Amino acid sequence: MESNANMLLKNQTCLITGASRGIGLAISTLFAQNGARVILTGRDNTRLNDVITTLPVFSLPHLSFTLDVTREAEIVQLFKHLHSENIYINCLVNNAGIMEDSTLQMVKPELIHRIYGTNVFGPIMASQYALKSLIKHRGGSIINLSSIIGTNGNSGQSIYGSSKSAIIGFTKSLSKELAPLNIRVNAIAPGFIDTDMTKGMNPRFYEKNLNAIGMKRIGTPLDVARVALFLASDLSEYVTGQTIGVDGGMII
Amino acid sequence: MENIEKLKNAFKESLGVDDSIIVDTLAYQSIPEWDSISHMVLISQIEEAFDITIETEDVIDLSSFAKAREIVSKYGIQC
Repeated sequence: MESNANMLLKNQTCLITGASRGIGLAISTLFAQNGARVILTGRDNTRLNDVITTLPVFSLPHLSFTLDVTREAEIVQLFKHLHSENIYINCLVNNAGIMEDSTLQMVKPELIHRIYGTNVFGPIMASQYALKSLIKHRGGSIINLSSIIGTNGNSGQSIYGSSKSAIIGFTKSLSKELAPLNIRVNAIAPGFIDTDMTKGMNPRFYEKNLNAIGMKRIGTPLDVARVALFLASDLSEYVTGQTIGVDGGMII
Repeated sequence: MENIEKLKNAFKESLGVDDSIIVDTLAYQSIPEWDSISHMVLISQIEEAFDITIETEDVIDLSSFAKAREIVSKYGIQC
């Protein structure tokens, strides 16, 4: 076992939703590399188990659990199980999210429920149940993944964009509520990031997005994970209620 | 320590109050020390004291010391 003496998340247990790919995978990997014990959750446990085998272990073994954040019963069950095993997390990363575009006139109610279920109700419920762990530690960090669409808006994304705006409002209010308990709540608003979500994009739309980025490159999941590492660690111990853009100077 | 003493201790530590005021009629928000923030800590202390996980509806319901006794009994703890 390598030494974890100088690692930012030494002796920390971090739960990441939507951890099997993209930004969630990058966050899980970077957190593990920085000494954390990570608890990976997602809908595909086989994939999560594959991810676990690639992660360095500096303390207790990493864990994975099947979790669909739209199912409250699964969230309750997960935290009950963790607490029964005396596992109390220090950090929750609400990363699981979906993006589906449609002009408002074409939106079916099912789509609104699906997007809000995953992007808003999921993080709220996970935060509520994670709170018990954080209160027990009298401190900790909740990190919510928003989006540049949530901060700036975009045509054809009123539902997705408003769900990501909602999570910023949730972050701001919850941060005020939990500050007296030394629990920090922050959000990250990624711009155009190279993930499965963007890979399937129409080439013209992809090019248009790329041209809107000041740094003239698409962001990487690691760019986002580095900010998550900052927010999870004591480097940001006096930072709460903030939304940090990770967008390379994108104009939208 | 008896269960009733454990419960009183949870109140004492989370609210930072004297033993003498921890009686059945002590109610949520009836004293400055029992506010919404210390309520979160109180729930955590009770869970830790009795090794139980209190359901959200009971967190909301726990509005007095008497109610706390009643709620922990639902989890098999007689006070």
